[in-house]
Amino acid sequence: MPEIRLERLVKRYGDVEVLHGIDLQLADNEFTVLVGPSGCGKSTTLRMIAGLEDVSEGEIWVDGRPVSHLEPKDRDLAMVFQDYALYPHMNVAQNISFALRLARRSRAEIDAKVREVAEMVGLTDFLHRKPGALSGGQRQRVATARALAKDSAIFLFDEPLSNLDAKLRGQMRAELALMSQSVQKNMIYVTHDQIEAMTLADRIVVMHGGYIQQQGTPRDLFERPVNKFVAGFLGMPPMNFLAGDIEVVGDDVFVAGAAFRIRLSDARAAAARKHSSRAVTLGIRPSDLKYDPDAEAGSALKLNVEVSEYVGAQSVLLCRCGPERATVELSSETPMALGATLTFAVNPDRVHLFNRGTEVAL
Amino acid sequence: MTRHSLNRMTPYMFIAPAALVMILALFYPIAYMVWGSFRDWDPSQSLSETEFVGLANYIKLLGDAAFHESFRVTLVFAFTVVSVEMVLGVGLALLLDRNIRGMSVLRTLFILPMMIAPVVVGLVWRYMFHATYGTFNRFLESIGLPRVDWLGQNPLLSVIIADTWQWTPFIFILSLAALQSLPRSALEAARIDGATAWQQIWFIKLPLMMPVLIVTMLLRLIDAFKVLEVILVLTGGGPGLSTEILALRIARTAREFRELGEAAAMSNYLLMLLMLLTLGMFAFTRWQDARAQRLRPAAEEEE
Ligand SMILES: Nc1ncnc2c1ncn2[C@@H]1O[C@H](COP(=O)(O)OP(=O)(O)OP(=O)(O)O)[C@@H](O)[C@H]1O
Ligand SMILES: [Mg+2]
Repeated sequence: MPEIRLERLVKRYGDVEVLHGIDLQLADNEFTVLVGPSGCGKSTTLRMIAGLEDVSEGEIWVDGRPVSHLEPKDRDLAMVFQDYALYPHMNVAQNISFALRLARRSRAEIDAKVREVAEMVGLTDFLHRKPGALSGGQRQRVATARALAKDSAIFLFDEPLSNLDAKLRGQMRAELALMSQSVQKNMIYVTHDQIEAMTLADRIVVMHGGYIQQQGTPRDLFERPVNKFVAGFLGMPPMNFLAGDIEVVGDDVFVAGAAFRIRLSDARAAAARKHSSRAVTLGIRPSDLKYDPDAEAGSALKLNVEVSEYVGAQSVLLCRCGPERATVELSSETPMALGATLTFAVNPDRVHLFNRGTEVAL
Repeated sequence: MTRHSLNRMTPYMFIAPAALVMILALFYPIAYMVWGSFRDWDPSQSLSETEFVGLANYIKLLGDAAFHESFRVTLVFAFTVVSVEMVLGVGLALLLDRNIRGMSVLRTLFILPMMIAPVVVGLVWRYMFHATYGTFNRFLESIGLPRVDWLGQNPLLSVIIADTWQWTPFIFILSLAALQSLPRSALEAARIDGATAWQQIWFIKLPLMMPVLIVTMLLRLIDAFKVLEVILVLTGGGPGLSTEILALRIARTAREFRELGEAAAMSNYLLMLLMLLTLGMFAFTRWQDARAQRLRPAAEEEE
């Protein structure tokens, strides 16, 4: 269960630099999720750890040993690929046991291991099938089983669930979460699905444009995003952003925008006072906006409903707030007409403020 | 005729001209040849003047030592060149399947021999094999080795070398295409699973290329059985009967011995052999498709 450290990792393809110095430290038995939009360099980072891509600059340390010059097979890791990467000409048992057979383990040991992992992922009845005769979910299980059978210390996943339909993905996600609790390994998991990231991770690393934006526990990142990108990336529906200016009136600090004026809580006010520029972006998650017709003006948004998306118990309302847009959630039972203006109470302790120029959190 | 049946006829009407050309151009000559093979047929006669002799031509060939020898030479030639070409072609493809700068130029160079007209290939190699002026013997002399009488003493070896030179590229480009369409992530998975370069070739690449390789081999084999030009120019079938492959034997039987019926029978033996090979090829691809078909629905039922 090694400690992995990435030190100023840079990747260039020709003249194009796609990773600009990734620093990351992964502790024992940690489930780390790399998350970010498409093209941000998650796969590239993972593949460099695996040894499938050369490191342009920087170093990868495993237990204090530099490994970036090693072949993948000498790095003691297992990987699950997005397209599963099964060997099409081998049946399930042969796929699972390939690494063990290459390592010249004994027949009995191999058989026992295959049975053990097949049991774990529920493939016992399919051991003699070829991958071409399996469904997507079953293939995904074979890929996981093959990685498990290797018993390596590091476990890499590159979007292992993204080729499955939504329902199956939820089910496999739960199975993966269960598995990660029972096998003590260092797991690094790449996804662009923030729900997978939030539910599976001990530590989330948000990447964007070849940089790490922020890392920490899911709760850290959700509650204290360091910039507007992280704030907008995590959470569903995404955070609302409204442009505003800081106004200091005696002891009170307000953020005033085109159609709102909200008084900040003491903690936020202190941060806002220290801030040099007045132009900010106010961030409020839909979950921190409660429908409340009686809310007082200093802690409320008046929103004009444009579109209502019914998704069951909750409806998602896409609204106008002056010239800007905002999303809120509302119990589907609340009577409401399109075009109506509704008042939502803002939880002042949970609003976020970002420098409008640099987008860094205050 | 009802509109409905007219509608059903339409596609056939559209393919009728093509079918007619096919029948005239393809089946007429073959039928003519099969018909001729049952007759005692001299080139000066028209087919209708000839005498029907039943299977006499075929039976005569079964006991004909020269035909046997020619058949044996053809088999040896075909299987040797195809084996050597397969090993070299696949080997080269495995070596050159990487993205290094200049590789595309190299690949283009490699397939040049295939683009040269066989007669020219024969002429060039005849010069290179020449006992005194030939490139090979001059080279052997320059490094102090004795000359080899290529076309005189080792005629079959010489034509095998020339054919290998010309047709290895064919196998090379098909193998390369097969290699480049292999699932890349499966190879990466193998690297992570601990496979060395050799183990990747042996356990992953070759098995996955196998369907393409088998079809390629059959195509080459069919072609090798019909080889003519290069050998005609290089050795003319000699010395003796040492390189007289079937195509040459057929040509000689028809033109020198003026036995058109016998030549036709010989062609039919060759045709039967090639048809067996082709059927083998079809059977193989059908079997593969059927296997894929059989397994797919099974997967879709579950989950
Ligand atoms: N072989 C390559 N040559 C040049 N650029 C590449 C190559 N592979 C990846 N890139 C670039 O590197 C960047 C990062 O790619 P990467 O595959 O790591 O993205 P990702 O975060 O995994 O995205 P996704 O979620 O779509 O898989 C992208 O902008 C991509 O265009
Ligand atoms: Mg990716």
